[in-house]
Amino acid sequence: MRRLVWPAAVLVLLLALNVFFTPSFLSIQVRDGHLYGSLIDILRFGAPLILVAIGMTLVIATGGIDLSVGSVVAISGALACLQISQDAGLFTAVALALGLCLLLGAWNGFLVAGIGIQPIIATLILMVAGRGLAQLITGGQIITVNSPAYKMIGGGYWLTVPFGIVIVAVVLAVTAFLTRRLALGMLIESVGGNAEASRLAGIRSRGIIVMVYAFAALCAGVAGLMISSNVSSADGNNAGLWIELDAILAVVIGGTSLAGGRFSLAGTVLGALIIQTLTTTIYSIGVPPETTLLFKALVVAAVCLIQSPSFREKVFHRRRRAVAPAPATDEKVRVTT
Amino acid sequence: MGEAAAVLTMKGICKRFPGVTALDGVDLRLLPGEVHALMGENGAGKSTLIKVLTGVYPADAGTVELGGATVAFGGPLEAQRAGISTVYQEVNLCANLSVAENILLGREPRRRGRIDWKRMRARAAELLSRLELSLDVSAPLSSCSLAVQQMVAIARAIDVDARVLILDEPTSSLDADEVAQLFRVLRRLKEQGIAILFVSHFLDQVYEISDRMTILRNGRLVGEYPTRELSPVRLVAKMIGQELAALERLHGEHKTFDRPLVEARGVGRAGAVEPFTLTVHEGEVVGLAGLLGSGRTEVARLLFGADHASTGEITVGGTPVSLRTPRAAMNHKIAFCSENRKEDGLIPDLTVRENIILALQATRGWTRPVPREQQDELVSRYVEALKISPPNPEQLVRNLSGGNQQKVVLARWLILAPRLLILDEPTRGIDVGAKAEIQRLVAQLSDGGMAVLFISAELEEVLRLSHKVEVLRDRRLVAELPNDDRLTTDVLMETIASGGRA
Repeated sequence: MRRLVWPAAVLVLLLALNVFFTPSFLSIQVRDGHLYGSLIDILRFGAPLILVAIGMTLVIATGGIDLSVGSVVAISGALACLQISQDAGLFTAVALALGLCLLLGAWNGFLVAGIGIQPIIATLILMVAGRGLAQLITGGQIITVNSPAYKMIGGGYWLTVPFGIVIVAVVLAVTAFLTRRLALGMLIESVGGNAEASRLAGIRSRGIIVMVYAFAALCAGVAGLMISSNVSSADGNNAGLWIELDAILAVVIGGTSLAGGRFSLAGTVLGALIIQTLTTTIYSIGVPPETTLLFKALVVAAVCLIQSPSFREKVFHRRRRAVAPAPATDEKVRVTT
Repeated sequence: MGEAAAVLTMKGICKRFPGVTALDGVDLRLLPGEVHALMGENGAGKSTLIKVLTGVYPADAGTVELGGATVAFGGPLEAQRAGISTVYQEVNLCANLSVAENILLGREPRRRGRIDWKRMRARAAELLSRLELSLDVSAPLSSCSLAVQQMVAIARAIDVDARVLILDEPTSSLDADEVAQLFRVLRRLKEQGIAILFVSHFLDQVYEISDRMTILRNGRLVGEYPTRELSPVRLVAKMIGQELAALERLHGEHKTFDRPLVEARGVGRAGAVEPFTLTVHEGEVVGLAGLLGSGRTEVARLLFGADHASTGEITVGGTPVSLRTPRAAMNHKIAFCSENRKEDGLIPDLTVRENIILALQATRGWTRPVPREQQDELVSRYVEALKISPPNPEQLVRNLSGGNQQKVVLARWLILAPRLLILDEPTRGIDVGAKAEIQRLVAQLSDGGMAVLFISAELEEVLRLSHKVEVLRDRRLVAELPNDDRLTTDVLMETIASGGRA
């Protein structure tokens, strides 16, 4: 829990900044039977990122990484919109799209666990090829659909709550159940913490790894449906572009180590919210558009640094330590072979 | 050959790391034109001594004299410039570069700032000819055999007027012919007046090549001996450090075992251990004795399915089984506590509780979690029974001491109630109290009908616990000795040293 303190503090700080510039920032109203307000917008627009980041968290916990989720977002939206534009039912379209995503994720997992390709390379293949696949599905065009049922996924409301938020809540709850109530979380952390020891303890790490990549792709697929449904169109080129990087960032801000091992779903959600709030903040405090990315980069760098215990030690305790003891770490690092 | 002739003298070297004294007043002297073996069990301080010598670590106390002048190197590069070159066990070369590039990397002959390829190839060929090797020096290193790569590393090492050549386990990945080839090269270098420091776990090789040896034990100097005057038995005794304490055998009466549990017939793995035949009966403790690198761990890993056997057949309770994965072995109720608990045992980021139930959870699969009450009950029972301290199941296992970590790994396997428990060095690096507890536990378990395969470098311990002892030497199972009154540590050492031929 303690490691969630810093991300939470950053989020509060960002929100406070917004309140300072826009006093009505925190107010939530009901208009036309829908919840309405800046906070709701952050959740609603952040929903796809949160979904992708949840899947990414599990992948990173096994010591891997998935660069292909952005392409999977595009593929899922493209296939669903294509089906609907060809008069398929909503259920068929969604099932086909998510089924394809599961297959693609299993492919990633097979490359990593079955063949032993480094995750960053294995998923880079689908990151590049997936964009092509998405364009193949859309025929290089932007497919627009006019289906109120499909529009519901990303743009609809359920009991005044935007439906995207409901989906995120459900996926989060299911993931938390699978990993924390069932034993999946412990086995994932074990594989990520020490793969060889896990194998010798009898864990079928290959199966776990394939499952985790498939799950990440499934999450990306749902996010893809959400994004394309929100705009009622599928853009093979730009849907989900660079979302994998934001997702990785969210996971890291949330305190999960890129080296694998312990992971925190709550941390990841906080991380994704920080990123989304930051985007909102940039608009609300009037940062010039051309410096937006630079501003974002600076804030993210600051967030990452403030979370590092050794950085805090250096900055905040420098004057207290009159004589710094010489670092004795060098000696222990080198191991004979 | 007197003191004055020594090319290198180390005196009173001490090196402390936080919590351990790695070296305590060690002396070493190397004479020109000799092969000097540095002997000692794992953790005796051989590697640390080499690192102090080459400047990787600064010494806390003591002096190093090279050719009469006191020196203190800031790093391996400085040591190399002064004439001390090291070749490590794993070949530290770039397989994608050519032989010539590897030999002269960093000191390529240049002309007007550009590499003079012609001179470079000529120089490399000349260095190799000093080793009586002729190779195509422009071929990529990856096309050479491991032995040749080792020679290339040596050629690289002697390029800079080497006076001292350190070989750290140079033969561990070579076959017999390759070793012979390496030794021809070493003899040749010896004739050229180079002092060679040779580290190896293979006794035969040490006796074949070395002139004198220095023996270390637990960071202390045992002594320096001419190889001819020290018999293998006495060498082993000095390395292991025979304690003269009275041997208390935990198994008083001699039982007979007639129900074979696990039988291995002709099981072996190329490059790891020669085919062996071994039977473990129910309730029997079988000790595996042998020096480090003799194939003890390899035998254990084959019986657990951690590695695939390339030959032979294993039966459990009379039926042939295929142990292709640890999981398959676990299904036959075989458990394995590995020697290297940090790398192959614990998940440091998980808690004591999670580490203990990990194997049980693995056998159940992720969909059927062990209920929390059952976890807590199992864990608290074993934390208490094994006296794991601190007795806090939610502590991260990385924060425990070595002995307690070992108990956590033991507990993980004990809750599976295995029929065969393989313990690889379960008492290494842990304190005396924990050691005695683990030994008592092994005796108790076997009285309860569990078979135990017990691996330890400490012969007393093997004798105290085992009903029979299997002796390994140079990756071959050379003898099976019933543990009766005639079997003593001396007999065991004799067998280890002679390979069962005596």
